[in-house]
This record gives sequence, structure tokens and C-alpha cells, in this order.
Amino acid sequence: MKTSQTAEPILRLEGVSKTFGGLKALTDVSFALTPGEVVGLIGPNGAGKTTLVNVVTGNLPPSSGKILFEGKDVAAQKPYEAARRGLARTFQIVQPFPQMTVLENVTAGALFGGGAASVGDARDMARESLDFVGLAPLADRPAAQLALAARKRLELAKSLAMGPKVLMLDEVNAGLNSSEIDGALALIRKIAERGVTVLIIEHLMKVVLSLSKRLLVLHHGRLIADGPSAEIVADERVIEAYLGHKFAARLKERHHG
Amino acid sequence: MKSGPLAYALLAAGLLVLASTPLWADNYVVRTAAIVAMYGALATSWNFIGGFTGYPSFSTAAFFGLGCYVGAICQRAGVPMMLAWLVATLMVGAFACLLGAIILRLRGHYFAIGSIAVVEVCRLVVSSWSSLTGGGDGLNLPLLTWAPEQVMRFFLFVMLGILVLSLIATALVDRARLGFGLRCIHQNEDAAAMVGINTTLYKVAAYTLSAVFCAAAGAAYASWTGYIDPTESFQILMTVKVPVMAMLGGAGTLAGPFLGAAAFVLLEEVFWANFLDWNRAILGVVIVLLVFFLPGGLLSLARKAKAKAGSGGPA
Repeated sequence: MKTSQTAEPILRLEGVSKTFGGLKALTDVSFALTPGEVVGLIGPNGAGKTTLVNVVTGNLPPSSGKILFEGKDVAAQKPYEAARRGLARTFQIVQPFPQMTVLENVTAGALFGGGAASVGDARDMARESLDFVGLAPLADRPAAQLALAARKRLELAKSLAMGPKVLMLDEVNAGLNSSEIDGALALIRKIAERGVTVLIIEHLMKVVLSLSKRLLVLHHGRLIADGPSAEIVADERVIEAYLGHKFAARLKERHHG
Repeated sequence: MKSGPLAYALLAAGLLVLASTPLWADNYVVRTAAIVAMYGALATSWNFIGGFTGYPSFSTAAFFGLGCYVGAICQRAGVPMMLAWLVATLMVGAFACLLGAIILRLRGHYFAIGSIAVVEVCRLVVSSWSSLTGGGDGLNLPLLTWAPEQVMRFFLFVMLGILVLSLIATALVDRARLGFGLRCIHQNEDAAAMVGINTTLYKVAAYTLSAVFCAAAGAAYASWTGYIDPTESFQILMTVKVPVMAMLGGAGTLAGPFLGAAAFVLLEEVFWANFLDWNRAILGVVIVLLVFFLPGGLLSLARKAKAKAGSGGPA
């Protein structure tokens, strides 16, 4: 890898805001992701994490600010354009094509987002990503029949088949038990090893800390912290955001006392 | 939704029976065969938007009626008959393309209502624009000067031709990127956009495909009957009947809409002939029963029978 390229951010947000009427869901959010990085985005419920993903992937237009993907302003893009550019995401609530088979679901990702030349090529690409996530034995099952953990894997396989450059994972671990979470974490690590830039949206601290060296913290729509994970978890503002003012103060007292 | 060999066999047999009617049947049967072919083409067209894409379109009669009028007006202006049909097809296709870009923003019931309004608006415009369309008096078309059986046979083959073209288009779309994308949109439109499908473009393509064969059939129908008027050309009943036919046979399949149209037209003829007063009521009951007990259409029966035979009885 050339150092000049690694320094160039693949995704950069500059002063992005999103309002719904009088509600400010995001206020002046700025950060940058370098290629190949695994970054965690945390924040309490309602902090604006999912809104942020929706704005980046074109599901919602930002009210103001710039979104630069590989140096190009893509703030006005449609979701399908984001997908074709290599900005893939998974949904907090999984979104399969329920009556299609697992293989067909992933084939759709390869065909339309992954730039496959034909349906046949797309199917080959799909088989590969099903192998990668370990869903190959279930390839011919209808997607609606899968259990939750397998559906989350299906979402991952579908996103991978699209050949993403940046992958945003919106609470891929929500609703999974701890052994399923361990499996999912191993898989996310494998995805990151392929050089995909990963943004993990989570509110389970344990999950984020085991994967990413860098954390972004969103609170009331503002980015209140951005830095190395170890520093962030000790940051008073972050603790306050999670525990509330009273408990944060009590925690501090205990540390000092 | 793969079409099995049984569906292809039924399809080929159906087309063969229709095409051979002039050899073994009287004029009434040949006429019925031509009507079956026409409704088969309309239902197969509807299948693009209603079956593949899952958008409940009730615009069929609008495309059919506009096809009637564009064809009639061209023919009266001296354009040769077949060329007039082609002009009608292209113009109505362009109209559907523009219209689709607007009304396909609606989803579900709202789209259904919007698409049915299109039929009424077209009818009102056509009946008010007297200088061009003759208004409520309708338009006469130059009649073919052949023997009645010859005319009948000619239009049977014209309608069959349109039907076959619509079936070929269906088979091509089914195998291509477009068909795959439309089925994704049917299942989950948001997820379809997220995997990179330009959903607006795909829906407009499906809506346009659903219009062109209706327009061709309408223009040919106008030449066949020799006279058209607004109420006959823009029938709400037709706009409801065609989706019912497609669902009766199996929406989203290749052969289903045509087989459904054939079953429906034959049922209609039987009830019309035997229960003059009650035929609509009986037909209504039949439709309700079919919707309740056979939601997958007639083709799903064949599929179920095959599955049963394969697994050696119900599991």
C-alpha cells in the first residue's frame, strides 16, 4: 500500500446536519474514515446513529453539509447509486427478499450492486460470498425460513457480494446470543482483513471494543468524541452520555475516593 | 418463479388450439378464439407490472382505449392499417413511460387508485375532444372488404401474433436482469434499492411494457370492429377483468396470464349463454371463490399436484 493513498480518506463527512421539522437528528457531524480502517460508532438509543447511516447511503438527504466519497461530493445520491459506488450497509431490521432463496438474495447484490456482467456471473459471485460467511449449506432455502443469526449472515453476504469499499453495519449483533455474537465478530474481522473499510454501529460496548481501535461517539445528534478506543471509554462526557449526569458523578467519586 | 415444462406444454397446446380453430370450427368459435388471444395478450402485458413487479395496475383499459383511438385517427388520416397499429403502439408506449414516471411514486392501494383514475381521465378527455375524436358519437374506421370468414381469420392471427410477441417479451424479461430486478422490487422495494437497483427506472420499464401490447391489441380491435366510442374503448370492467385473468392463471408466471384469460373468457361465454340474467353475479362468485381458494392461480394446482406426486402423497 502506498502511504499517500492510505492518508487520503475514503469517506469524509463535513458539517453534516439533518433535521426533521424542528427535531435536530444530526448537528454538524464531521469525521473521516481512512481505507481499511475499522471504526466503531457508538451512542445511546436515539443518538442519531441510524440516521447518520441513512444520510450517508442516500436514504435520507442531509439538510446541510458535505459527504465526500473518494473525494467526490455524494450528498445528493440515491440509495441505488450509493450501492453501486461501493457504499454498502446492513439494516438493523434485516431486509431480505423473503420468498427468494438465500442464493437468489445474494445474487441480487452481486448483479446490481457488484457489477456482475450476467445473472450467471452474479450467481458465481454469490456462491463465493455465501461460502465466505458460512451460509453455503443453506443456499437453496427460502430466505424467510432462516433464523435470525443466519438472516444477519445473509445480510452480510449480500453486502459483500456488492463488492463494497465501505461497509456500514447497523447493529448486526442485536438480538443474537453470546456465542452467535462471537461468530459474527470473527466474520466481521475476516471482512476487515479483505481491506474493506468497516463502520460498526453498536450500543454494546464489548462488541465495539473488541473490533475497533477507533471510536466515534454520537450523543443527541452531535459527535462528542472521536479517537482511540481506550481513551474514549475513559472520557467523562462519554460516560455521562451513557449513564446520565448523576451516575457519572457517582462513578467519578468512587474512582477518586 | 420458474415456469416448468408443464407450463410450456400447456402454453404451446393452448396456442395451437387457438390457431387451428379456422380448420375445424364455425365462425363463433373462431371469434371466441380471437377474443381469448386478445385478452391473453392484455393479461400477459399486465403481468409485467402486476405480476413481476407487484404493482396492482388498473390502467389496462386506458392503454387499450388510447390504442383504439390513436390507431383509428391514424387510419382515418390515411395511414395504412398495420402502420397505424405500430404508431398507436409507440405513442401509447411513450405515454405510459411519461405517466409511469409520475404515478409510480405511489405504492400499494394508492397506486391502484391512481392507475384506475388514468382510465377515467383518458375517457373524459377523449369524449370531450370532439374535433379530434368525434366525442360521444365515436369514430368509424375503413372496413376490410374481404369475406367475413377471411376477416375473422385475419384478426385471429393478428391477436395471436400480439399474444406471442407479449409472451416472447415475458420470456426474455424473465431471464434477464430486468426480470430479476422487478421480482426484487416486488418482494422488498427498499432492499431492492439498497442492492443497487434503480427502482424508478425498472418500474417505468415494466409499466411501459404493460402498455405497448395493450395499445397494439386496442388498435387492432378498432380496425376489427370498424367503429369505436369512448365508453366501449375505456371500460372499467376490462381494467378489472384483466388482472383477475392474470391472477386466475398465476400472476408472475410466463403461461399463467394467458391460461387464466382463456379460462375466464370460456367461463364468461358459458355463463353468458346459459344464464343471461345472472351471468355477472355467477362470474362474481366464481372470482371470489378463486381468490379465496386458489390465490396462486390455476398453475399452482399443477405445481401442487407435482409436488404431491414427487413426495408420494401429502407429508
